[in-house]
Amino acid sequence: MLQKPLLEFTDKGIYCAKGNFYIDPWQPVDDAVITHAHADHAYTGHKRYLAHHLSREVLYYRLGDIQLQTVEYGEKVMKNGVEISLFPAGHVIGSAQIRVESQGQVWVVSGDYKTEDDGVCTPFEPVNCHHFISECTFGMPIYKWKPQSEIFADVNNWWRQNVAQNLATVIVGYSLGKAQRILQNLDLSIGNIYTHGVIENTNEALRRNGIVLQPTNRITQESVKEEVRKGIIIAPPSSVGTPWMRKFVPYSFGYCSGWMALRGAKRRRAADRGFVMSDHADWTGLISAIDATRCESVYLTHGSTATFSRYLRDIGFDAHEVHTLYGGEEESPSQTLPGREGFDEEATGEVVISSLPSGEGEGGAAI
Amino acid sequence: MRAFAQLFTSLDETNKTNEKVKVLKNYFNCVPDTDKMHMLALFSGRKPKRQINATQFRTWAIEASNIPAWLFEESYHVVGDLAETVALLLPDHGNSSNKTLTEWIGEINALNNMPEVEKHDWLNRSWAMLDAQERFVFNKILTGSFRVGVSQNLVIKALADVAELDAATITHRMMGNWMPETYLYEELVHTDTALEDVSRPYPFFLAYPVQETSEKQKSPEAMQALLGNADEWQAEWKWDGIRAQLIKREGEIFIWSRGEDLATDKFPELHALLHHLPDGTVLDGEILSFRNGLPLPFAVLQTRIGRKTLSKKILEDSPVALIAYDCLEYDGEDIRYKTQTERRQLLEGLQATTPYPEVFNISSLITFNSWDELAEIREQSRDMMAEGIMLKRKDAHYQVGRRRGDWWKWKIDPLSIDAVMIYAQKGHGRRADLYTDYTFAVWDGDKLVPFAKAYSGLTDTEINKVDSFVKRNTLEKFGPVRTVKPELVFEIGFEGINKSTRHKSGVALRFPRILRWRHDKPKEEADTIETLKALLGEG
Repeated sequence: MLQKPLLEFTDKGIYCAKGNFYIDPWQPVDDAVITHAHADHAYTGHKRYLAHHLSREVLYYRLGDIQLQTVEYGEKVMKNGVEISLFPAGHVIGSAQIRVESQGQVWVVSGDYKTEDDGVCTPFEPVNCHHFISECTFGMPIYKWKPQSEIFADVNNWWRQNVAQNLATVIVGYSLGKAQRILQNLDLSIGNIYTHGVIENTNEALRRNGIVLQPTNRITQESVKEEVRKGIIIAPPSSVGTPWMRKFVPYSFGYCSGWMALRGAKRRRAADRGFVMSDHADWTGLISAIDATRCESVYLTHGSTATFSRYLRDIGFDAHEVHTLYGGEEESPSQTLPGREGFDEEATGEVVISSLPSGEGEGGAAI
Repeated sequence: MRAFAQLFTSLDETNKTNEKVKVLKNYFNCVPDTDKMHMLALFSGRKPKRQINATQFRTWAIEASNIPAWLFEESYHVVGDLAETVALLLPDHGNSSNKTLTEWIGEINALNNMPEVEKHDWLNRSWAMLDAQERFVFNKILTGSFRVGVSQNLVIKALADVAELDAATITHRMMGNWMPETYLYEELVHTDTALEDVSRPYPFFLAYPVQETSEKQKSPEAMQALLGNADEWQAEWKWDGIRAQLIKREGEIFIWSRGEDLATDKFPELHALLHHLPDGTVLDGEILSFRNGLPLPFAVLQTRIGRKTLSKKILEDSPVALIAYDCLEYDGEDIRYKTQTERRQLLEGLQATTPYPEVFNISSLITFNSWDELAEIREQSRDMMAEGIMLKRKDAHYQVGRRRGDWWKWKIDPLSIDAVMIYAQKGHGRRADLYTDYTFAVWDGDKLVPFAKAYSGLTDTEINKVDSFVKRNTLEKFGPVRTVKPELVFEIGFEGINKSTRHKSGVALRFPRILRWRHDKPKEEADTIETLKALLGEG
């Protein structure tokens, strides 16, 4: 007899009926298991949260006074006879894949992940499962990342050249994840690191969590402009083109994102330098990660879901496309989300709120 | 190839003109002279002959990238550029090429007449030798779709600085039919003026628009403020045909179109008049379809543009004639330094003695005494089959390129119609992966009939909004095309309208573009096919 699926997709998020909890729900629920602290995965308004302990301070900072239980990677939590455990996703500090097991049936929800070790967060670890729910933000063969050592050599060279030409250096990346990855790889022999307030708030939260980061200087009213211009400024995407940024004119402005792989996207951003660097897995990374789970079925939640699931079926996987609010088929590099700081800007091109396939009864994309 | 690929990347990375010139100068200073000539050829649209056709290129790229054909197509739709798609999809071997641009283009040209299997082999070996950025420019050269985000003016400015010559001289010497294999850098930058090629045309002088958009109508007072007194100006009709330069030197004749294509063979009707001109004559003018001494709509001329051979029927159905505007060389002397009035007198002299007045017309001067009067005359443009009025300062020299000051075009307002967007497709280049190409429809009873496609006219912000609308309101997908819920209304402007049997709507538009987004209009209030057809008489 077929087992009833342990997880299903509902209009509130990924749901485990047996354990009565949700994973990354976008509507208020009683029990939410959170893969990571980006705003499109960690929404406000739930009664109880469960997350990795390195997400703790950022979650408090972003969501306020929530009721939060934290765990280590590999630690088991039981909910109504369902076993929940977290494994490293390598996306940002504290990010986790959620493993759910009951009566021998194992599901893993990837959240967002990358397969390259970035030296900042705990590296991705494949987890064997029957059913794998995966992102595929960059699920097209045109996206193939270079090792980050090459990218950061470019970043540091560019910074050095700017200093020589008396240009300020502004590097843009979202505040949780990219910002820390950048700052940990900057060559401090060139100069000091300055941060936009939004980024420094996240840095402080991470430091409260025991993370050791390179020294940074928050840019305030008191900052000496001439000094800041000699260093490197890490700024969030929302600050591009604002009067805040114009204070540092003349500057060279670099953008760090996987979308920079495409010339069109790069030209649209009008960045002086586009660094192709992402906290999401590239084409090769996605396929190897999915393969490594040895799963029977894979469900693709956001990114190039249509293309990627078709390809996976072509090469013999049982792959399905599902709709969630973690982006959607249409996410694209074209949109920015001003005023929505905290969203993983790479993954949330555009949030498409349409009818969501619900779990049982309606068939469709149900599991 | 490394230097050339780097040039491309560096140009992409800046929007600042000075920075671009710096990058170009840097390139000129570090590559061999033959590379300079190849680079100039590519940047001015002189691409090498295509040796590997589109089908071969696609098929071999799919094979080399080891993915299914459908996935290749999907990737292409996201990237929006074939050369770039292939560059991204091919495996990287960590190589980079030391060969010069000249050597690469030499290899491409050597493919001519090679068996297909050898071409295939060469292409695979070449791809493996290049890194992704080099592969991209290599593919661009190979597929002949070479377009760069830098104007020829900037390239010439940089070269003029490096060669210590003035830009107008370089511009002139860059004109015409030359091959980077045979035109030497020393010839381009030499200081001796006697070495010019007999076929070489002069750079065209182009007019600046009096008004940027139709919403900003210029009053006679504003014309006075912009141009000064009316009596300092010569006015002519602005004809809508093919701008051309006609040359007679050393017994040979040449006809150049403004796109710098040698088009002598395309206009046999004009050969006799040219042969009759004295040696050392260059005329600037417009080639139009004419019947019984009257110009025909551009659509008639269009039927013969692009044809390889001109059948007898075509020559009968759309005969052409010249309307001469200007004389640039007279009796072997470059007279561009003379005033408009002086050049006009010489031109009139040439035209007065032609035995072929039926094909050698002269652009007649419009008599007017004030801007008021001219504004009134301009209203008759459509009846004259003209696009508006040209204004030329009587004491102006013939200059190089589009310049503010002495030549102005004062076009009539476009025709316009309110239409509903019904299909959308992704754009290319800077607009890749954004829905920017739309098809518009008007009402035919309760049905919407498509009648025009347009891509330009919206701001980036508006494009983002429409893009987001398209994504949320897709009804069906046909390959790259999406059927969109009919809802958004736009005002579509166009220069002319003609009957067409090839289009569902029965009409074909000239230069359709979006004038504005009619947020105020519900789709029910868009125009009808009857309204559109009523304009037929006016286009």
